[in-house]
Amino acid sequence: MSDEALKELGDYIGNALGAAVVKTEIAHGELAVTLTRAALFKGIQFLRDDSTTHCELLADIAGVDYPDRPERFEVVYNLLSVKHNHRIRVKVATDEDTPVASIVSLYPVAGWFEREAWDLYGIFFADNPDLRRILTDYGFEGHPLRKDFPLTGFVELRYDAEQRRVVYEPVKLTQDFRSFDFLSPWEGMTDVQLPGDEKAVIPLAARPAIADKR
Amino acid sequence: MATTNVATENGLSLSTAATPGEVQIKPLTMNFGPQHPAAHGVLRLVMEMDGEIVERADPHIGLLHRGTEKLIEYKTYTQATPYFDRLDYVSPMSMEHTWVLAVEKLLGITPPKRGQYIRVLFAEITRVLNHLLNLTTFALDVGAITPALWGFEEREKLMEFYERVSGARLHANYFRPGGVNLDLPAGLADDIAAYFDTFPKFIADLEGLLTENRVFKQRTVDIGVVSATDALAWGFTGPMLRGSNVAWDLRKAQPYDSYEEFDFDIPVGLTGDCYARYLVRMEEMKQSMHIIRQALDKLSKTPGPVKLNDRKVTPPTRGEMKRSMEALIHHFKLYTEGYHVPAGDTYTATESPKGELGVYLVADGTNRPYRCKIRPTGFSHLQAMDFMSKGHMLADAVAIIGSMDIVFGEIDR
Repeated sequence: MSDEALKELGDYIGNALGAAVVKTEIAHGELAVTLTRAALFKGIQFLRDDSTTHCELLADIAGVDYPDRPERFEVVYNLLSVKHNHRIRVKVATDEDTPVASIVSLYPVAGWFEREAWDLYGIFFADNPDLRRILTDYGFEGHPLRKDFPLTGFVELRYDAEQRRVVYEPVKLTQDFRSFDFLSPWEGMTDVQLPGDEKAVIPLAARPAIADKR
Repeated sequence: MATTNVATENGLSLSTAATPGEVQIKPLTMNFGPQHPAAHGVLRLVMEMDGEIVERADPHIGLLHRGTEKLIEYKTYTQATPYFDRLDYVSPMSMEHTWVLAVEKLLGITPPKRGQYIRVLFAEITRVLNHLLNLTTFALDVGAITPALWGFEEREKLMEFYERVSGARLHANYFRPGGVNLDLPAGLADDIAAYFDTFPKFIADLEGLLTENRVFKQRTVDIGVVSATDALAWGFTGPMLRGSNVAWDLRKAQPYDSYEEFDFDIPVGLTGDCYARYLVRMEEMKQSMHIIRQALDKLSKTPGPVKLNDRKVTPPTRGEMKRSMEALIHHFKLYTEGYHVPAGDTYTATESPKGELGVYLVADGTNRPYRCKIRPTGFSHLQAMDFMSKGHMLADAVAIIGSMDIVFGEIDR
């Protein structure tokens, strides 16, 4: 779809939903509408039932974690209209404690997607009839896709021959996960004395000592 | 009044009520999988049975969860591609396809025509590869063993093409943002053309085994019927949606990689049952064959580079690196730091053999994705297992799972 057509569609949604729409963005040929949390259910119901938007298929629900924002989570609904051949992305913000309205009664497919967002992010969906964990292990603790959850996790499991069952243990790694900082490659190096590179750069911290020796 | 529980020989628990002649049967809870050959991997299905009738089916998934999305957040864009091969390991290149298109969209680049045609060629080979496995194991689930034996032989030949172009039979890592890794080796195009000359014969043989087979039809016709409205509400895509008489294919509706230049038809099933889904997949293989022939024809007329000539995204050739200092630096930077993708987000989807495979990619301007949500196809199909199998016999549940074409690599991620 062209950007003009998307803008028209975005304006149409903006007019119809009024104050419920926080922001409308068009980028890369895709339309994204940010709704207020209170108006989410009504808004998605409108997008599904209105003859101009007519999004009869919910493709996906994605959680995203932005720890710096006051409301850290964003729930992203990707809607598709098979009839009109367009996609509309709906975003809504929330935090750890505030529930988001479940849309299972609108799209039955939302059930598992909401379970997944609950499992991986801890986003709570009010009125989801079956909000169990889905992808992680039975009895798993924590929400692994949050940005503050370490990549290595907290526990690892192995088969214990003596107890004859699988046991959980705290993670023990022979080598830590190495995360390189690529955003400031040179600035990060100025204060480090590399072996074999003594003549080229004198680190700031080492300078007075060298001056003393001279 | 007191009731007594009687365990019968077949394991049913009968509670005999006080009224004479009235027998109440408690539903039997049964575990199907995760180590059942018809569970197609690691599906654990908790079923409540009324005799042999399924009353409720609750799929437990996640036994193959590897945290792909989390791992991708800690890798550069180049390093993330191989994770996609491991999603749906039956159709690896189709998984890569969505990923590279999503990255290209955020980077704002378009690969050269030859690269696009090679991608189409291999996406369609992948479709044949996937449907061959699904149809034949589906037939195996409902009692026919010969198709599986034949199909695996053909799959092996197709995976040889994978190997020749990428060096790996399964986990190819061949599609790259900006094109494909390398051009086709000499003679491969001819061999693919020669193979697909023999393919109609094989398809005819396979159809001869199944399409009019009385047993196969008894096991699939009118089993797991889904109406078009239900299919849309439950988020079905791909052959599952087309089997329910909705003509929807992203290759036609939202074409990517020059699919609009290709001439092919979208088969739809009219009845929405397991048999219709079988017929749709069978016809799709024939259509893929047409697309592959057209792609080979276009490739023979389109010489040129297979990937973008932009050193900030695609690495230089080995030969160039031996002579040019600049090329060496580019190579080093691309394979250590990688490229930085401008901030933004996109939902990009392609028509993978199983349906719509989408990637919701959020970039924050660094060399690593901020968030990469993969929209698996089988996830929503499997969710509908409960309503599709309700009221059917246990053996029909196996046929329904077979017709869903589920692979746990992508469902569990």
